[in-house]
Amino acid sequence: MVAAILLFAAVVGAILFAATFFRGRRADRLTAYAYLAPTLVMLLVGLVYPGVRTIYESFFNAAGNAFIGLDNYKTIFTDGDQLTVLRNTVFWVVVTPFVATGVGLLYAILVDKARLESFAKALIFLPMAISFVGASIIWKFVYEYRPDQANVKQIGLLNQVLVWLGGTPQQWLVTSPLNTFLLIVVMIWIQAGFAMTVLSAAIKAIPEDIIEAARLDGVGPWGMFRFVTLPAIRPAVVVVLTTIGIGTLKVFDIVRTMTGGQFDTSVIANEFYSQSFRSDNQGLGSALAVLLFLLVIPIVVYNIRQIRRSEAL
Amino acid sequence: MTTTTPPATVPVLEAEKPTAAAVAKRKLTSPWASLAAIVIAVLWTLPTFGLLVSSFRPQRQIKTTGWWTFFSDPQLTMDNYRQVLDAESGAGLGSYFVNSLVITIPSVLIPLCLATIAAYAFAWIKFPGRNILFLAIFALQIVPLQVTLIPLLTLYVDAGLANTFWTIWLSHSIFGLPLAIYLLHNFMREIPAGLLEAARVDGAGHVAIFFRVLLPLMRPALAAFGIFQFLWVWNDLLVALTFAGGGNKVAPITVALANLSGTRGTAWHLLSAGAFVSIIVPVTVFVLAQRYFVRGLLAGSVKG
Repeated sequence: MVAAILLFAAVVGAILFAATFFRGRRADRLTAYAYLAPTLVMLLVGLVYPGVRTIYESFFNAAGNAFIGLDNYKTIFTDGDQLTVLRNTVFWVVVTPFVATGVGLLYAILVDKARLESFAKALIFLPMAISFVGASIIWKFVYEYRPDQANVKQIGLLNQVLVWLGGTPQQWLVTSPLNTFLLIVVMIWIQAGFAMTVLSAAIKAIPEDIIEAARLDGVGPWGMFRFVTLPAIRPAVVVVLTTIGIGTLKVFDIVRTMTGGQFDTSVIANEFYSQSFRSDNQGLGSALAVLLFLLVIPIVVYNIRQIRRSEAL
Repeated sequence: MTTTTPPATVPVLEAEKPTAAAVAKRKLTSPWASLAAIVIAVLWTLPTFGLLVSSFRPQRQIKTTGWWTFFSDPQLTMDNYRQVLDAESGAGLGSYFVNSLVITIPSVLIPLCLATIAAYAFAWIKFPGRNILFLAIFALQIVPLQVTLIPLLTLYVDAGLANTFWTIWLSHSIFGLPLAIYLLHNFMREIPAGLLEAARVDGAGHVAIFFRVLLPLMRPALAAFGIFQFLWVWNDLLVALTFAGGGNKVAPITVALANLSGTRGTAWHLLSAGAFVSIIVPVTVFVLAQRYFVRGLLAGSVKG
């Protein structure tokens, strides 16, 4: 570990040192290229080449030795299992960003200028520091099921609440499509803190005089939210929605840890891993990765355009 | 991706001093608002709390009663932690924990070194192709890791790096670079050009300017990215599984925990203690460096 760090420090040091010898008209240009060289090499070898290579591989069969055109993509859109994967991905992407942003926004408003604001925020914010694996284990415990027998007690909170309310315990993670939504809860739990933090900062950045003016005009709390707060933080809301949306598209850890993609819970990112590394179908795996890439692009483009527009204003 | 909120205006997690009147008014007019806030706070805290309590309960108790029985029948033990950490009697999470540290530290420092000099070149040296190159690197942020994994694995195998820490160090460094360069560049551009001019007039070259003028000013930005990358690498599962999966000697704690969850899904005494062993480091870093983390968030970046 130390050797790796020292090696890279030495490379950077050597570049800085070598660049001091550049003289003359082109010195600046050469210095810049020297500073950028290691980065560009790593990005070309580690991101650009593999990306292009994966697109190429996606037109090949499972073993990677025969060109099969768009068949892998056809499989994704016709095969029953793959269609379930697509359906689940739609559930994830439609539900997670909106609910997480909604909860984050609601909470940001509720605790704004409240007593213990920082503590209250930390409670919601903390799940962001926990790995998806850790979060999955935490929630798996909430969903834990014990058979419904007189001498058996529930140890999962959700089933216990159900029993207290007079119901029978459920095997939550086995029933589709309910299980997908229960996994989505975990993602919402993690992401709401991010939404809350960004939106809270946006709310606090609204100029005092606007709020004061609206108040003098007799605008009530709901009107204040509808006509003052919401328009002012709209760009931040868009950024939060799209950022969570992108993260959600790539979600893999939660599905893998909680159900392993069984019981019809797989999503594109998880299916990519299963196909590539478990079923040894690299062609289909690559096609899934490319699909993921294609789905991310419009969200990112929309996001960047929103930012551009709001900065131009 | 920048948010449009000015970054430094509000240190978000610092308590603002509410006026007593405002608080009183709020409390009187909106008991529902307070109730809703409390409900959300409880929902967000209870799952973690339940697992934490469980991790200290004796194995037999965890298996037969819910964690809430702890309050009527409190019994504490450290056995779960002992067992999950120990290689001989339990899951041996201790060595994976060390692996996680060995993976994370270089994976933070390497991209930081490289990105700082790259960002300097972009921010303060004029050269042909500067804008296009910067835009290209910015755009690389949208490449999902999944697209790169299979070819990268082949490259590593060909280079004889398979099953070493190098695969993970290099991968995380590469994936972190676009965001690092973008963040650091934005921050560097905000440093007044006059400072650099003055140094240049004094005869300082790029290296001197870099170390004496910029680096000290860059500390908050370096910290922001460092924390992002730290949390991201520590919590990563996908990269680690791809390059160090399958019970490998270099696998980090997330991989060990995910496997434990798959193979011994009902061993809650191990899972609960294991989860907290894995959580303790990122949460500590997060709590200590919250301020920088939030600044990084607001400067517009969530790695995807």
